[in-house]
Amino acid sequence: MPELPMIERLRRHPKAAWIGGALVAIALLLLPFALASVGTAWVRILNVAMLFILLSLGLNIVVGFAGLLDLGYIAFYAVGAYVYALLASPHFNLHLPFWVILPLGALVACGFGVLLGAPTLKLRGDYLAIVTLGFGEIIRIFLNNLSRPVNITNGPQGIARIDPIRIGGIDLGNSETWLGLTFSGPIKYYYLLLLVLMAVIVINLRLQDSRIGRAWEAIREDEVAARAMGINTTRVKLLAFAMGASFGGLSGGLFASIQGFVSPESFGLTESVMVLAMVVLGGMGNIRGVIVGALLLSFVPELLRYTVEPLQKTLFGKMLIEPEVIRMLLFGLALVLVMLYRPAGLLPSAVRRRELDEGRA
Amino acid sequence: MTELVLTASGVAKSFGGIQALQDVSIAIRRGDIYGLIGPNGAGKTTFFNVLTGLYSRDSGSIELNGAPLQAQTPDAALVAGVARTFQNIRLFANLSVLENVMIGRHARTRAGVFAAILRLPSQRREEAAIEARARELLAFVGLAHRANDVARSLPYGEQRRLEIARALATDPQLLALDEPAAGMNASETRDLAQLIRAIRAQGITVLLIEHDMKFVMSLCDRILVLDYGRRISEGTPAEVRKDPAVIDAYLGTGQADEPGRAAA
Repeated sequence: MPELPMIERLRRHPKAAWIGGALVAIALLLLPFALASVGTAWVRILNVAMLFILLSLGLNIVVGFAGLLDLGYIAFYAVGAYVYALLASPHFNLHLPFWVILPLGALVACGFGVLLGAPTLKLRGDYLAIVTLGFGEIIRIFLNNLSRPVNITNGPQGIARIDPIRIGGIDLGNSETWLGLTFSGPIKYYYLLLLVLMAVIVINLRLQDSRIGRAWEAIREDEVAARAMGINTTRVKLLAFAMGASFGGLSGGLFASIQGFVSPESFGLTESVMVLAMVVLGGMGNIRGVIVGALLLSFVPELLRYTVEPLQKTLFGKMLIEPEVIRMLLFGLALVLVMLYRPAGLLPSAVRRRELDEGRA
Repeated sequence: MTELVLTASGVAKSFGGIQALQDVSIAIRRGDIYGLIGPNGAGKTTFFNVLTGLYSRDSGSIELNGAPLQAQTPDAALVAGVARTFQNIRLFANLSVLENVMIGRHARTRAGVFAAILRLPSQRREEAAIEARARELLAFVGLAHRANDVARSLPYGEQRRLEIARALATDPQLLALDEPAAGMNASETRDLAQLIRAIRAQGITVLLIEHDMKFVMSLCDRILVLDYGRRISEGTPAEVRKDPAVIDAYLGTGQADEPGRAAA
């Protein structure tokens, strides 16, 4: 096998790493234009996928690193989104700049994370899952009903006409032409999301490989032994909830500005389960795996949406099964298959670590 | 040189109607290897769990280096200087050997979330120091070559050593070992005795529960014997061996002079 040493040599070559990185960077920069030539809808889908990656990375801290099952994670997304919506829309006639509201949304979500974490510290596994599930629903129901007697959230109608993000003089909601290229709103948001995503990935990698990250792993592995090693499990678990929630809040704020509209129905149990499925399917605890999981689960259903209908039309001449039904069917099947054949996820974390060690030796 | 590292007096603990510990007192001198023995169900592990904060005591007091140990939680006990291993080994099974020991440094290091996110110079120095210390300890217990292996893949004897290395990483004053020789063969047991002496040579006091009488008698400076949650004897191995109360507890007759046979 002559290829293997070649790949190995490339992998060890510092120049190859730089060139590889540069190629990936260029591809990421050009990606939205390539997608825009197919249809602007695909850029939007890409942006939604990136929001889901952000969410999955946040949930991965709670579920993957610290091993605390959270079924209500979308609540933090909701909190971030509503903080943005309330402070940058005609609803209260407030129009604060994004660099105030995005961090504020993350902070408020962080507070809610601690609020959820504190009473559930003694719970584990199924019990914790049930409480977090309830928490997620409570937030959604509050958003639905906080319109009377004082109208705070505008109830099920949601909040519309949310300000887009403005950086300097650039409005991310508008289309502009620079250097002969058309930068549509979604494309500009894509670049913002790419920046945020890079930062969040770096933060995740650094946290994982740190004293706190090891404490999270210790708790996940054996809580009694972790306590016997002097780890204050109360504080460290709260930290996991708070960090995860902050990322959820940040993504929520971005979501609100991109959509321009939020309503409680975007933050249901299905969304919580979807984000959890991304983390589990990709490989709990492995940042790369989680990204792959989030990308797959965001894109594949969209692909199906665009292929199922024409396929049935050409095969049978009419629609037999609604695309939405088939989508969920295939989605469920895919999940069952992955769990059967790759129970640790598509890119499990421990295996990757062992592979890396073999590569070094 | 009779400084006491740990004293406990009048410690009692009950579970429902069962009095697991009654008025147990102990005084351990710094630098000793101290044995805790007794028939099955005598309350040895319960006493360990009370000392290390895993159980809260019903009454009694514990002092470490003359300072009372107030908070009854494992992390408080560890920070005060009592580290332990478990009867049924409790490693972080899916993490690497090195990571297991690095986690042991948690209580003696400071870096928080923001230091980690920003990779502050202080945090990087601390990380390097944690890893260096962990590798040093792995070399000390003879597991340096295993650093990158997954903990669960180690053979039993090495898992015991890893658990000891992890406990040593917490810079303990007192190292409490719960049946460290259980399940070991003769040569592993010999190596373990050597390791425990090496730990003592570093100035760390060792408290151990053990059923292997030969091991305890040859290794320990002093021994406390528990039976039905009470202290029935205390002294040097020679004194304890001759104590009729001990012989009676182990054999129930007072005939034999070899308590080891009954426990083995």
